[in-house]
Amino acid sequence: MASIPSPDKAQTPAAPQGAYSRLSITQKRTLWAWGFLAVPILFYVVIRFYPTGNAMVLSLQEWNLLGDRTWAGLENYRVLLSDPVFWQVFRNTFLYLLLGTPISLVISFIIAYHLDQVRFMHGTIRALYFVPFMTSAVAMAWVWRWFYQDVPIGLFNNALASIGIAQIDFLDSTTNALPSVLAPAIWAGLGFQIIIFMAGLRAIPRTFYEAAKIDGVSTWTVLWEITLPLLRPTIVFIVVLSSIGFLRIFDHVFNMTTNNPGGPLNATKPLVLMIYQTAFDSFDMGYAAAQTVVLFVILLIVSLIQLRLLRDR
Amino acid sequence: MTRTFRTTLFALATSAAALSAGAAQAQEVTIEYWQYFFEARVNAMEQLIENFEAANPNINVEMTHFPYADYRTRTAVAVPAGEGPDIVQLFYGWLNDYIDAELIQPLPAEAFPNEMIEAEFFPMVSAMERDGQYFALPTAVRSLALFYNNRLLEAAGLDGPPETLDELMSHAEAMTERDGAGNITQVGLTTGMTGQDHHWFREVLIRQMGGEPYTDNYQTVNYDTEAGRAALDYYLGLEEAGVTQVGFMDEAQAAFRAGRAGLHIDGSFRIGALNDSRGLDWGVTELPAGPDGTRSNYSSYWVNAITSSAEGAEYDAAVLFMQYITSPEAMQIWLDTVGELPARQEVGMTEENANDPVFGPFIRGLEYANTTLFADESAQRQVLVDMVERVQLQGQDPGESLSAAAEAEQAILDGYYGD
Repeated sequence: MASIPSPDKAQTPAAPQGAYSRLSITQKRTLWAWGFLAVPILFYVVIRFYPTGNAMVLSLQEWNLLGDRTWAGLENYRVLLSDPVFWQVFRNTFLYLLLGTPISLVISFIIAYHLDQVRFMHGTIRALYFVPFMTSAVAMAWVWRWFYQDVPIGLFNNALASIGIAQIDFLDSTTNALPSVLAPAIWAGLGFQIIIFMAGLRAIPRTFYEAAKIDGVSTWTVLWEITLPLLRPTIVFIVVLSSIGFLRIFDHVFNMTTNNPGGPLNATKPLVLMIYQTAFDSFDMGYAAAQTVVLFVILLIVSLIQLRLLRDR
Repeated sequence: MTRTFRTTLFALATSAAALSAGAAQAQEVTIEYWQYFFEARVNAMEQLIENFEAANPNINVEMTHFPYADYRTRTAVAVPAGEGPDIVQLFYGWLNDYIDAELIQPLPAEAFPNEMIEAEFFPMVSAMERDGQYFALPTAVRSLALFYNNRLLEAAGLDGPPETLDELMSHAEAMTERDGAGNITQVGLTTGMTGQDHHWFREVLIRQMGGEPYTDNYQTVNYDTEAGRAALDYYLGLEEAGVTQVGFMDEAQAAFRAGRAGLHIDGSFRIGALNDSRGLDWGVTELPAGPDGTRSNYSSYWVNAITSSAEGAEYDAAVLFMQYITSPEAMQIWLDTVGELPARQEVGMTEENANDPVFGPFIRGLEYANTTLFADESAQRQVLVDMVERVQLQGQDPGESLSAAAEAEQAILDGYYGD
């Protein structure tokens, strides 16, 4: 207990013992509030802001983890902009976002909307939808990777072959690979989004629906005029969260393509995987930091745009 | 009370005597050894440490191991901070970076004379020399060989594994099986540049077609040539002839272990895993010879080096330990425990080892093996993976794809050596 007054001592190092007792109640309260706030602030500065700043400095340097860091100016960014792989990866990252977010949003809303009206075994069904979200992404990616294999081991292709249809190249194709990797990622995230949507649906006051019923409004109108507008905060939350998730996709891609990470021909490589390879396969830490800064800026811009577009008017 | 006091006094006196005596004779030293985690390697090293400590009672060796994925990062952080190992195990391709960063020191010439190293070790260790000084030495090395499935050979009516590249093609053809729809259900030969095939392509096929993959001590790419084209045509021809399928059963070694592949090119480190595969009747032979009978192979290795943090008594102990783990005795233990090949010719080329049905083909392969000096192994491998995929997935002309690969790899080398 003796250590508790120390924050205020720290705030007023030169003040004599009596200084604290001369403060007003409001001032003391402020002092204590800042004292407690100092802990998370300090934590954030050390754990978040310092490494972020350090990464930004590192993006202007050359470093292979072993020797000294040397200044390179904007060289890493210049290389990045003229790297065709980066632009391919950039496109992939946005494909994950532009396909993943709306598809998962629509599917999870449809499921949540109908699940909300189901009474029979409601809890069990809801839990079943939630299970994939709790499963390790690595285990899930490997199981799906097996599903996608060619004959004689792949589940999907064996099924196709048994009914006489030519097998499909899921992962070994520059056009099919990205959607194939994205599918389990969407599927895995559905559980979470459904739960959030259901909470949002339950939060809409019943009285609106009752009023609509009395007026004899059609189901579609109820959906468009009542349910969706009132779900706006929920939708904003899910859109922002899932876009950040798809922009940072890594574990599904890495585990489903470990033989040739991000392949074939970089067709599935997202930005985070490129950063990982640059840093921990090529040990080019400065270049990797530059890529990280770009990812940070993209995440920031996308989130700001979404918040602005979807905020309450 | 008096008794306790007297005992304490006695204990103090004896330990003081022991201390001064120890200083006079040999100081007790503890040195630290780091390697990445691979069960057989850790077991082998534990045995070596035990033997070494028995012979040098005043030296303790502590071993620390990390998962492979963290290994380089952890050593890079610990050594400059002075908290790292005295002796560290490194992939041979990382050596230049460690020398440049002054994280390791040269081996003392008195304990490791250059003439001894050059006369007794397999010639590939010359890559560990810089400016007349050796910086590291391996305990064991690895090379490639052709694994074959006895049952599938027999079922196809073949009386032995292929000896030449032509036979490789015809044997693989005989062992490939398809279902009614034409899907391959058993491959004659496993392929995939993501496995060991990129080494086979660079150091074996190109040389067998009369080329040299690199010049200028591996700083200049030299496979955008007739020989390179011939090597690529042979490699792509395997799939065109329908005797293999890249990515069959996900991983080449998995297909072979599952008994769904007749032939499989892999490194000596695969021996342990294959020994554990129940019901698999396999054998191993040297890589097939080229059209004019040329043999070639690729070898790689992990080396031991003394770090810059070893000083004084620890340095002396580290030198002694280095001498032991690169001794013939240690190499034989390593071969028996891990299955990796001895780095000294006298141990490798003993009658028994060289004629061993399993180790023999690998050891004989060492005599004509080349070691690629990589600037960035995974990036250089990726270049060849992409080269094949551009042809197979996008229909690019093989010659164009080969030129593009040579250009991309040269850019990696220039980026590395240009600094």
